[in-house]
Amino acid sequence: MSDAAPHREETFGDLVGRALANRSFVIGLFITLVVAGMALVSFFWTPFDVTRLIVADRMQPPSAAHWFGTDHFGRDVLSMIMLGARNSIAVALVAVVIGMGIGVPLGCWAAARGGWIDEALMRFNDVVFAFPALLSAIMITAVFGPSAVNAIIAIGIFNIPVFARVARAGALSIWPREYILAARAAGKNKTRITIEHILPNIANLLLVQGTIQFALGILAEAALSYVGLGTQPPMPSWGRMLFDAQTLMMVAPWLALFPGCAILLTVLGLNLLGDGISDIFDPRARRRI
Amino acid sequence: MSLLAIEKLSLKIGSLPILRDIDLSIAPGEVLGLVGESGSGKSMTALAIMQLAPASARAKGRITFDGTDILGASEQQMCALRGDDIGMIFQEPMTALNPVKTIGEQVAEGIRWHTRASRAEAEERAKKILDRVGLPEQKFALSRYPHELSGGQRQRVAIAIACALKPKLLIADEPTTALDVVLQAQILDLLKELVSENKMSLLFISHDLAVVTDMADRITILRQGTVIATGDTAQTLSEANHPYTRQLALASTHVPARVKPHVDNTGADNLLEVSNITREYPGRRRSLFSRSEPVRAVDNVSLTMKPGASVALVGRSGCGKSTLARMILALDTPTSGAIKFRGMSITGRSEADLKPARRNMQVVFQDPYGSFDPRHTVERLVAEPLHLLERRPDRKERRNMVARALHEVGLSRSDMEKYPHEFSGGQRQRLSIARAIITRPKLIVADEPVSALDVSIRAQILDLFAELNHKLGVAYLFITHDLTVARAITDDVLIMHEGRIVERGKTAQVLDQPTSEAAQALVSAAPDLHRAIARRLQEQG
Repeated sequence: MSDAAPHREETFGDLVGRALANRSFVIGLFITLVVAGMALVSFFWTPFDVTRLIVADRMQPPSAAHWFGTDHFGRDVLSMIMLGARNSIAVALVAVVIGMGIGVPLGCWAAARGGWIDEALMRFNDVVFAFPALLSAIMITAVFGPSAVNAIIAIGIFNIPVFARVARAGALSIWPREYILAARAAGKNKTRITIEHILPNIANLLLVQGTIQFALGILAEAALSYVGLGTQPPMPSWGRMLFDAQTLMMVAPWLALFPGCAILLTVLGLNLLGDGISDIFDPRARRRI
Repeated sequence: MSLLAIEKLSLKIGSLPILRDIDLSIAPGEVLGLVGESGSGKSMTALAIMQLAPASARAKGRITFDGTDILGASEQQMCALRGDDIGMIFQEPMTALNPVKTIGEQVAEGIRWHTRASRAEAEERAKKILDRVGLPEQKFALSRYPHELSGGQRQRVAIAIACALKPKLLIADEPTTALDVVLQAQILDLLKELVSENKMSLLFISHDLAVVTDMADRITILRQGTVIATGDTAQTLSEANHPYTRQLALASTHVPARVKPHVDNTGADNLLEVSNITREYPGRRRSLFSRSEPVRAVDNVSLTMKPGASVALVGRSGCGKSTLARMILALDTPTSGAIKFRGMSITGRSEADLKPARRNMQVVFQDPYGSFDPRHTVERLVAEPLHLLERRPDRKERRNMVARALHEVGLSRSDMEKYPHEFSGGQRQRLSIARAIITRPKLIVADEPVSALDVSIRAQILDLFAELNHKLGVAYLFITHDLTVARAITDDVLIMHEGRIVERGKTAQVLDQPTSEAAQALVSAAPDLHRAIARRLQEQG
């Protein structure tokens, strides 16, 4: 029962220090900032104007003038990736936020209430889950017209059951713990217990699921754009670029390579960032670093 | 010649020394008790003998089993040894069995692997050994699954698996710690019989001196990875040459000094009145339209408690004592009957209406590891019940109240910023108590509050309970299956059996002269250090 060194309250500086000592947080943050910065810069400046088609320059491999080469219309791939970052990230991010914002409360509610509410919610979830996502996305965009906003909503709706399930499963594993019983004995109601005890303990799960859904969101947006229901030309998006590159893979591999790398890097960055954040805020890991 | 000889065994995990120069030997047919508090290296010694210590562990020294050098043996040699010549039984019968395999398969598995017997032969032998451990085939078919058995029955299956091949050495690591006293006595008897029948040696690991004295011919006491004392059980414990041995022996029979609490008898006469409560759980669904009979966990129970009283609710596991406690705490609703706390009925009320009652009744749980949210600081955890107060304290007041509660349970103000994982088991139980007393309750329900703690820590926590009873005048309802605890700290006792209260009265009287069958069973099964030592000494003449 030996006491540790005298204990003092952690300051914000300590937190920053710990964050900077966490390698995955730093690398993740760096990658995320680079991607976000790229998207921001594209609002003011891109190396080339992507709305202008210069057929003379078409299908050029990477060179000093066009770092990432040009596509079959002679557009600069780097500029398109910068511009596409806006769309892809916005669509995927907002779709994740929609999914989390609705799915997590639903899942937590189902876990807290149990009984027929739980049953009904989860069966409804199954229905949404079982319905072909692309088909209903097509339905939504068919009714409301094709646009990036409608693509976001469509993808977001399909994130809801995913998060609801993960949240419910996580919450169910926390509810029987004794500290929940102790909180109930302290007179806290289920909403309060969910906010104070359940959510922080399932945050890790949700964060990981969030990065997975983010990556899937980029691809889903690509699929929608492919059938003409997502981002509208001439606005590029990463997914759309990938699909356009498909037929030209053999002659111009860079057309697929660079948007693919952009997606990979973004997902990797967010994953590392999420990992790092959950490590930093886990008190059990605190003194080990 | 000894069957197992450990010489100068040292073991490190990373740079952390776990065992230092352990010497230990077991003769054929001998029972050696290995005793120590948690973290003393008992289990690691057992794992080292099986070569099952974690991969990061580095062992030095010598372990010889029946002529084989264990530390130098290949994995292949060890596989032949484990389960055949050395059998092992673990503490937790719930997790030691594979839930998706039948008990017959699990017993037969080891037999087939080691003897290359045919399926039918192995099954035949499995039947025999299961019958021997008290699970006859007529009542417990081989096709049963672990979840269909009770805790004690599962431990019997685990013993059957370990003993199926009549190993030369059986290692039992806290085999009865998860069981109640009556089951414990049965399992210990079974182990004794098996050992003498098959002339096995037994390495019996436990933190409970009374149990070890009952079982072991010789005893080895470990502390922080080193051997403190070793020798004949009764002699070692009665002479207690080493101060630590004496301390252990004293702690395990410790009775806190108790002073009558100052109680202000304002308000209702009875603090708690429970009248005729019953709790039924719906039976298991047999088909879409029918259910089996509902299960009565608590059956027509009535009891009253005076302010400042200390009452024990004693019973075997599954007798309904925890369900009763939950209903008293208004965490569960009775099917019928009424509970009045300080004159106010608490059944069927909303959370908001319950606030005054909750403020005056708090709870301490058994598991000091599971009862705290690992993501909150101590300040937040201990302050949790404060929102029950009519006037919410501001941040400064709140900190002061937490500091005071921590001080009262023997912790310091600086512990406030720490997280639960930074505390030992005993300290966490102190935190639990701090959380329970922060609202100055009139009643604390404590559900097996010391059964997960080491004996010396247990003595400290019992002292703390006694002290707070005196200082704050708080009444206790202790739920326990441990009669030593009931004897040490309570005035009145209620014996519960199959959902009913079958006997009640003054603690000393009921436990000395139990009249009901259930109470007699509990009393006769309860391990007692003094009696066990006396019996041993008598046997030796």
